[in-house]
Amino acid sequence: MSGASHAVAAPPARPRSALVVAGIIFAALALIPIVAEFAGGAYLTSLAVRAMILAIVAISLDLLMGHGGLVSFGHSAFVAIGAYAAGIMLTEGVYEITLILPVAMGAAALFALASGAVCMRTSGVSFIMITLAFGQMVYFALGSLAQYGADDGLTIWSAPDALGTKWLASKTGVYVTVLIALVGTWALVHRITGSRFGRVLRAARQNPVRVSSMGYSVFRYRLTAYVIAGMIAAVAGVLWATHAAFVSPSLGSWQRSGDLIVMVVLGGMATRNGALIGALFFIVIEEVLSSITHDWRLIFGPLLILIALYARGGLVGLLDRIQGDRT
Amino acid sequence: MTGAVLELRGLHKAFGALVVTDGIDLDLHRGECHALIGPNGAGKTTLINQISGALQPDAGRISFEGRDVTDLSVADRAVAGLGRSFQITSILPDFTVLENVALAAQRRDGSSFRFLGRAARETRLNDAAMEALGQLGLETRADVVAGALSYGEKRLLELAIAIAGQPHVLLLDEPMAGMGRAESESLTATLLGIKKRYPILLIEHDMEAVFQLADRVSVLVAGAIVASGTPDEVRTDPQARAAYLGDDHTGDAA
Repeated sequence: MSGASHAVAAPPARPRSALVVAGIIFAALALIPIVAEFAGGAYLTSLAVRAMILAIVAISLDLLMGHGGLVSFGHSAFVAIGAYAAGIMLTEGVYEITLILPVAMGAAALFALASGAVCMRTSGVSFIMITLAFGQMVYFALGSLAQYGADDGLTIWSAPDALGTKWLASKTGVYVTVLIALVGTWALVHRITGSRFGRVLRAARQNPVRVSSMGYSVFRYRLTAYVIAGMIAAVAGVLWATHAAFVSPSLGSWQRSGDLIVMVVLGGMATRNGALIGALFFIVIEEVLSSITHDWRLIFGPLLILIALYARGGLVGLLDRIQGDRT
Repeated sequence: MTGAVLELRGLHKAFGALVVTDGIDLDLHRGECHALIGPNGAGKTTLINQISGALQPDAGRISFEGRDVTDLSVADRAVAGLGRSFQITSILPDFTVLENVALAAQRRDGSSFRFLGRAARETRLNDAAMEALGQLGLETRADVVAGALSYGEKRLLELAIAIAGQPHVLLLDEPMAGMGRAESESLTATLLGIKKRYPILLIEHDMEAVFQLADRVSVLVAGAIVASGTPDEVRTDPQARAAYLGDDHTGDAA
């Protein structure tokens, strides 16, 4: 009866235009290697790969922060775990990416389960501090791996094989793979947030007391989201190791985690494209400003404050408002 | 007699020196609406919180459908069939009305650890939600964001969420709180219908509603039950009158 007319509850604001925006971004990213042939060269593609990998991580963090209300200050630790899993396996002679990926994701999942089981018992500021503490543990643990470069990091001498091929040894191969991973992550996280699981997670952000009195163990749903986000970040870490051929503990530093939070807030939390736009914008601004002045953070800081003050809902919120004014 | 669906035995709870639940025995039978009345601070909500699992009693036992649930979590008790509404409106403000209720229905319909299918398009959940909304006359408001509802509508949504979970028992903590006269009269009529389907433990200050709905009334004062019986018995009970009815509330609560 009424089911059909209410088939879609809570349609996100302007779902179509969000898809168009994402389409434009992905198309632009796909064109960058071609543009780079004429201008920018390896520098431009390398910058784009870096931005895309960070966008993957930011999107996974938004699942926690935006949709789950869980402000994790240790998310970069999962990137580092993934990157080191790849770095160590490649150093030890395991080259196949189809082996490296599951190991990296498994390691991240285990760490997420163990640390998350503790973190999820806290909330608010305590949650932020305890995720920070776990992140720092990973940072120092990786820095103490004497046989894998310790604080100096680990240079990776050979690219991973992709099902026996040398696809990931080429710049184009890496670029295409990272772009596919980004589009896949973007689509996956959107599906998750719209699923039954995502609905419970989003509800628990608004009112955990109500959600548990409906019969849901909020803890289990949050912990699961933490594991999923950690595994996605670990995939990004593997891609990073492949791209940079070098991993170091600084991948997991708390400053990195802080940057990720800024990216998500900057772009707009819990929106379809917020984390994606936030990450790309962050990298571009960082690159542009740091080419102008060594003290680029002096400009970047006030810029962030302006966006926080005047663009509530981040860049995506700003875009929506501009669009709203026109129509 | 079918026996009690919910049994409290020797329940005791203190916050420091303040005893809020002082050896309470209470039964809720099938098909019954049992009202709990008492002045503010008597420990009514604290008692509901112990039944729902939000608070752990210091001593005593709570059994539900013959099973000891004293050590179960809030979520596990809800799964067992204890549904509740809150005195202070507790809804999901960013979700639509429909999604608020569909989430409650989702708990009764298989696993929620499903990660890819679109929950908002599951007609079975939406139909169940619409049915619960229909019982409270909220079906025309299904697509409104819950935070934008009027106060009275939020109170109704609160109940729709509780009902959509298909509980075996409803714990209603002041469903009429803050409602106007017309609103609470209409809600009383709705609850008279709902009462036929679920045993209800009702906390309410609106005495008119209590005497229309309740089959049994217990009077709680300073954490202890001082009188219990049919509405007529309690109305005439001198202890109950002194403690509560005759005091600041005379039949018709302000």
